[in-house]
Amino acid sequence: MEASNQSARPVVLRTEHLCIQFGGLRAVDDVNLEIYEGELYGLIGPNGAGKTTVFNLLTGVYKPTSGRFFLCDKNLTGKSPIEVNRAGIARTFQNIRLFNNLTVLENVMVGLSNQIPCNVVESVLRLPRHKKSEAEYQKRAMELLEIFNLAEYKDYLAANLPYGKQRKLEIARAMATGPKLLLLDEPAAGMNPNETQELMDDITFIRKQFGITILLIEHDMRLVSGICERVTVLNFGTALASGKTSDVLNHPEVVKAYLGE
Amino acid sequence: MRTKNFLKNYANYVAVALFLIIAVVMSLTGMAKMNDLLLFEKIAIAAVLAVSLSMVVGFLGELSLGHAGFMCVGAFLGGKLASLLAPKLGGESSIPVLVISLLVGGLVAALFGFIIGLPALRLRGDYLAIVTLAFGEIVRAVIMNLPSGLFGGTLGLKTPRFDKKTLFIFAFLVLLACLAVTQNLIKSKHGRAITSIRDNEIAARAMGIDITKYKLLVFTISSFFAGMAGVLYSYTMSSVNSANFDYNYSIEILVMVVLGGMGSINGSLIAAALITFIRNILQLKLEGDLAVLQDLLFAVILIVVVIYRNAPSLKNFREKYNIKALWAASKKKKADKGKKEA
Repeated sequence: MEASNQSARPVVLRTEHLCIQFGGLRAVDDVNLEIYEGELYGLIGPNGAGKTTVFNLLTGVYKPTSGRFFLCDKNLTGKSPIEVNRAGIARTFQNIRLFNNLTVLENVMVGLSNQIPCNVVESVLRLPRHKKSEAEYQKRAMELLEIFNLAEYKDYLAANLPYGKQRKLEIARAMATGPKLLLLDEPAAGMNPNETQELMDDITFIRKQFGITILLIEHDMRLVSGICERVTVLNFGTALASGKTSDVLNHPEVVKAYLGE
Repeated sequence: MRTKNFLKNYANYVAVALFLIIAVVMSLTGMAKMNDLLLFEKIAIAAVLAVSLSMVVGFLGELSLGHAGFMCVGAFLGGKLASLLAPKLGGESSIPVLVISLLVGGLVAALFGFIIGLPALRLRGDYLAIVTLAFGEIVRAVIMNLPSGLFGGTLGLKTPRFDKKTLFIFAFLVLLACLAVTQNLIKSKHGRAITSIRDNEIAARAMGIDITKYKLLVFTISSFFAGMAGVLYSYTMSSVNSANFDYNYSIEILVMVVLGGMGSINGSLIAAALITFIRNILQLKLEGDLAVLQDLLFAVILIVVVIYRNAPSLKNFREKYNIKALWAASKKKKADKGKKEA
């Protein structure tokens, strides 16, 4: 019953036999994912399983050796990170990568860059569209900051935010690019249980608010089992198991991969 | 509030304009001698160079050691064009000739900037510094070794002698234009994109920022103004020699940017004026064998600034004795005094 319901939902991300080889090493081998609209999908696996490499493939940082991937049936294989972002995939990073010397507000405004048009000549000559677009930037960036409870920090330099807030800001900045699919690379890394709980609430909230599809990598099993609907387990670059979170986490192969025999 | 914002955004234009007005008055009343007028020209040129280089070094975060090379291109092409056009278009002090040479010198330098920007897309840090350094030296060597009929060879190129009483005004107008373009660019979405590339290129790319476009744009605009400064320089001197544009000169411009604080347009402006002024005094005072001390002084300034800005042991001192803190303290003192009296 549930399966038929899900297949009726449109597919946002589909990967077909995604492979990448670095020299003799197959870092990602034949990974097939199908993520439906509005879904929260988890990608888990032991260290070095190739999870972040999958993200790098999906964001155009690496070109797959073979295989393809589609965002809403649009083939994005081999596109540059910039094109992929414009097509609607945004990401955060495992090790936070903010624009440290820009303010919190400006960080989000950089994310909005492609949303509001205004060319260089218009800005340099301060033509009317510059002023209008800047006001629009301010407004939309503030809206996002308010959603993420960061509005009061808007004039802080990003580097001066506490760790948990930096993680949040990174998600806000990614959301600013107007994505259809959000990739979160270990969003709870380095967070204490309280912060993790807060993060889970935030993720659930933005998913509702924006109706966005989320694919996340995580080691924290409490977070994964708490919010992910379905997961895929990677081990040595291959998909060990996929399906409903509770089923997969109890799968004997998965337990073996994590805990050993 | 509004006047405060106005001052914050336009203070440097106002300061430059005031300086220009004072200089004009000095020139008209005869208070400023030939040497002073030359100093004004030099200050404006140095400021254009520093502000344009700060765009590359301070905001884009790429180390360029070839700024004098772009200036050299502008100086020789603009100077040559001016010396060809001047006899036909109203003599050596013809304003149209100056404007045309400025534009042509700037545009050709911009083209070179674009070409140098291309490797900048792939090279990082030290490697790009080496490429730009080589570029500056290559330009210089090529110009020196071309047939002397073209750019004067080793003897240098004779350039028109513009009316000294007005040349500095044009130099300042170019400076104002350079300030306006740089500032408007930096304080816009494009400026945010440029600084985001400096802070984290990988993240900027992931946010859909067109790295290629912005790197090329910054290199092009920056070398456009360096070229214009070169043309002005060729007008300032009765002849230009390519030996003047060696890497030491590029470093001197870099010193201005570093001294002014990376990523601060006003800082570059002040540092450029200060260094040019100091250099001028040193040139007058230190003659003969002592002249070598000039270069030593620059090295010392650079080392002191770098240590002062970064040394952890000076952190307290920095925080206590910077202008902002002193200003706030004096305000507080006044307020306390007012309270006591009340």
